[in-house]
Amino acid sequence: MTDWLFLTEVFLAGLGSGALYAVTGVAFVLIYKATRVVNLAIGEILMLGGYAFFGAAAGWHLPAWVALPVAILAGALVGAVVERGLIRPMLGESPISVFMVTIGLGSILAGFVQIVWGADPLRLPEFLPSAPIFIGEAYVAPKVAYGFLAAMVVVTAFVLGLRFSRGGVALKATAADQAAAYSVGIDVPRVFSLSWIVACGVAAGAGVLVGAIGGISPTMGVFGLSVLVVVIVGGLDSMAGALVGGLFIGVVEAFAGTFLGGEYRFLVTFSILILILMVRPYGLFGTHEIERL
Amino acid sequence: MRGPPVTEAARDVILDVEGVSLAFGGVRALTDVSFSVRRGSITAVIGPNGAGKTSLFNTISGFYRPRSGNIAFDGRSLAGTAPPERARLGLARTFQNIALFRGMTVLDNIKLGRHAHMRTGLLDALVYRGRARREELELRAEIEERIIDFLEIQHIRNAPVATLPYGLRKRVELARALVMRPRLLMLDEPVAGMNREETEDMARFILDVKEEWDVTILMVEHDMGMVMDISDHVVVLNFGQVIAEGGPAAVQADPAVVAAYLGAGDLGRRLSGPEAA
Repeated sequence: MTDWLFLTEVFLAGLGSGALYAVTGVAFVLIYKATRVVNLAIGEILMLGGYAFFGAAAGWHLPAWVALPVAILAGALVGAVVERGLIRPMLGESPISVFMVTIGLGSILAGFVQIVWGADPLRLPEFLPSAPIFIGEAYVAPKVAYGFLAAMVVVTAFVLGLRFSRGGVALKATAADQAAAYSVGIDVPRVFSLSWIVACGVAAGAGVLVGAIGGISPTMGVFGLSVLVVVIVGGLDSMAGALVGGLFIGVVEAFAGTFLGGEYRFLVTFSILILILMVRPYGLFGTHEIERL
Repeated sequence: MRGPPVTEAARDVILDVEGVSLAFGGVRALTDVSFSVRRGSITAVIGPNGAGKTSLFNTISGFYRPRSGNIAFDGRSLAGTAPPERARLGLARTFQNIALFRGMTVLDNIKLGRHAHMRTGLLDALVYRGRARREELELRAEIEERIIDFLEIQHIRNAPVATLPYGLRKRVELARALVMRPRLLMLDEPVAGMNREETEDMARFILDVKEEWDVTILMVEHDMGMVMDISDHVVVLNFGQVIAEGGPAAVQADPAVVAAYLGAGDLGRRLSGPEAA
């Protein structure tokens, strides 16, 4: 019986971190869907969100409910500047070149936070309620539970927004055929900008949650590597895939970390990645004609 | 300086292309192209492959910015007007290689044509259900009753576009353009790759669009039989320049046109020979 309780707790912890993968994955998918750019800097933008929250909450002593929007806005602003300044001029270049630009951007962001806040890991000020939470008999760390809830709300909002709003329709149309979208009156450059702004804002918000659970450091961007696995497993252009893939990878990592040891987590995740690439290179839910990376 | 008759003629013109030049690096795609499209006409742009026909269309759509020259739609210069705004003004088009939204059904594809004219925002859709619903219902009725019936695509309206044969996809693209309530409809090779029967169907649709919907048509087409049958006015492009324009018969007899086409094989003979019934 205790065994089952333990397994349940591991499973719930996995869902908790998986939800954060999912919400970051959704941000990644949003950019990919609209602009066909594989944004490898998503992990660093997430990190920047964590640091922006730290700066606002610990540096300026703002309350958490102000610091969180500040972090999200900082992410959105970076998204706007990056899209306009780095990505838009690369329009029409080979996907590999754009891909490299995002890798470079990641290094720059990691270097930037190191210059401003130093290389040592930092703890975010506590802002989530800390009363322990039990689901049935299983204990869930409160931060993980609140992180899960917040992430699920965002992911759900995205899935619904994409399906029912005109912006979602515009995004889908742009993803399917840019020239056709342009010709029926969809402002394609605006779709590009907005997708970067929203996605980077969401990633920065996720960074606050990730930082609240595990602290922040300039190497936090490796979170983006797991997210890359998540979106490749789920399908680069599928929101539902990001959700399912995120939860799945989160749970797998939790079990691998518990039973094999933390150093085997990546071994297991990337083995899954290789397996998926061999069997379904476009991911579980992705569109078949997606290009290979 | 211009007398009244010219003004009269100007009011009659829906699209005025004046001195348009376009270059990609050192390649001159269009050189000083001028012509105008009369309201209510079917105007065809013809010319050998690579003559610049699609470049011309893309310039009118606003996808390319001309190096010099001006394009006026309904007396208003389009310079600095982005493609979405041109769509709102009543400029609709189809594409040579068919640009439909894959993964969506025929009906969704067609409905997207109204995107430019929809006033409902996200908030409206959430809060003011009345307005969003009314817009959606009106659109549905118009599409169902008018456009889908007219183009005879009732049987495929809920099919994903990816599963459709070529000829039907062209028709769906035309339907989407019609939902845009265009005043000028640009068709890029509407019958390319179609068999005779499909071509005749499409020619009939184009004529009906002009008559019943009061839409001016500008088309690029290689099928000379069709161009000569339904066009009122023909503009001939070669190496990015207008080498002739006029009525179908006059253009066919123009020595410059015949010369331009001779290199392009039997098109030249078909142009200069007696017209097929």
